[in-house]
Amino acid sequence: MDFLVAGFIKAVELLINFDQGTWSAICATLRVSTCSMLLSLGAGLPAGFLLGYFDFKGKRALRTVLDTLLSLPTVSVGLLVYAFIASRGPLGQFELLFTLTGIAIGQTILAFPIVTAITASVVEGIDPELKLTLLSLGAGKKNIITTCLWEVRYGLLAAAVTAYGRVLTEVGISMMVGGNIKYHTRTITTAIALETNKGLFADGIALGIVLISIAFAVNISLSFLRKK
Amino acid sequence: MYRKKLISTLLILAILLSFASLSLASDKSLMMATTTSTDNTGLLDYLIPHFEQETGIALKWTATGTGKALKLGQNCDVDVLLVHAPAAEKAYIKKGYGKDRREIMYNDFVIIGPVSDPAKIKGKNISDALLTIKNHKSPFMSRGDDSGTNKKEKLLWKNAGIKMPDQEIWYVQTGQGMLATINVAQERAGYTMTDRGTYIKYQAQQGGKAPLKILVEGDKILLNQYSVLTLNPANCPRAKYDLALDFSNWMASKSAQKLIGDFRLLGQKLFIPNAKQL
Repeated sequence: MDFLVAGFIKAVELLINFDQGTWSAICATLRVSTCSMLLSLGAGLPAGFLLGYFDFKGKRALRTVLDTLLSLPTVSVGLLVYAFIASRGPLGQFELLFTLTGIAIGQTILAFPIVTAITASVVEGIDPELKLTLLSLGAGKKNIITTCLWEVRYGLLAAAVTAYGRVLTEVGISMMVGGNIKYHTRTITTAIALETNKGLFADGIALGIVLISIAFAVNISLSFLRKK
Repeated sequence: MYRKKLISTLLILAILLSFASLSLASDKSLMMATTTSTDNTGLLDYLIPHFEQETGIALKWTATGTGKALKLGQNCDVDVLLVHAPAAEKAYIKKGYGKDRREIMYNDFVIIGPVSDPAKIKGKNISDALLTIKNHKSPFMSRGDDSGTNKKEKLLWKNAGIKMPDQEIWYVQTGQGMLATINVAQERAGYTMTDRGTYIKYQAQQGGKAPLKILVEGDKILLNQYSVLTLNPANCPRAKYDLALDFSNWMASKSAQKLIGDFRLLGQKLFIPNAKQL
């Protein structure tokens, strides 16, 4: 039990002493998660909008598939990405294995269904009268879409936050595709796995506290965004 | 409208930038797959900065079991290997996956267990000790991950004439690294086999008062040889063979051998250098 307290003290120590290993893991985590979030939002928001806004044949089946993908196991995504980017894989020539880019690809695959599914649900929930009102006011197609999206901005924010939580905390993809290489692809989560494996529980707890702090900071800044 | 364009331009820029920053890499870099023992003990953290300083080659490594390390080399996902399973290594070269094998250092495997030694194996020879553990049904932690240590352990069961106790309830396969497995053995108050280097690291972490101690040691079969393997360019044309050879030669050089010999915890040597000078 005492390693919980020791872990807390250690977390503060690691941060204020600018421990190189800790800070490089924090930087790697932030870089890779930002990258995968931008990619999954860039692809997931439009896809989710199309899925929620328009009615077409096979929509329900598509939604079911998408909802299933919400529970993609991270290790399976890792294995899939590994198969593609390994030296002998179809994308082997780009040398993405054991790089942050490789991890970002995997995390994008992980986050895309989350962003898409939540966006679709949110867009489906738009009041149909809004569209009618806008039409009667003489709004063009473009205006309708932007106004609708603006109406559901908090829902889209929720989609982003949920996806970010999954990306920030996953360990399967980072470990398998990144290889947990010190100062390069060691993220906070793979560092926690390693320290715990070595029996250094306090160090693991310390890194866990750091990770939670990051998540906390992100959510605080988003809630400010919401107030404005 | 102008603002929207600005935002979307910024977004695209951000995506491009984050990708550009991810793919920065120096051309003189080497990727190594190695075992958990060389990494967990801190040997590589201590040794590799010297290598990078002297040669200007940036070395990155991923620590895994020897079985997976060999596989990574066979698939050309790395450039060089530092592993410890001599029989498997020789077969690997014979199959055309590896090219040069350079012996670098050794330590030995030991059987560790609770201070109280419930099965009474202390001082027995290795085969008798395993037989006693089996008959006593004492918990025995195995790596169970086809690592170099695991390969050796399987060999020891075979040598003792015991069928692999895979299905036995007392035989626990952790599937994890060496230090993790020692920690499981400590929690379960059981026995396990480890390389001496990792055991000393574990002792150091416990502040010298480790609940598990060495009970069986000294058999010739328990020797644990570490070697650097370069990959066969015929199998992996893109692997950096020349840099890998540089690494292999550096590890065998007098200065690196001295550094390895000087690496101590609790006043004990973790690895004993034994490269032959060419």
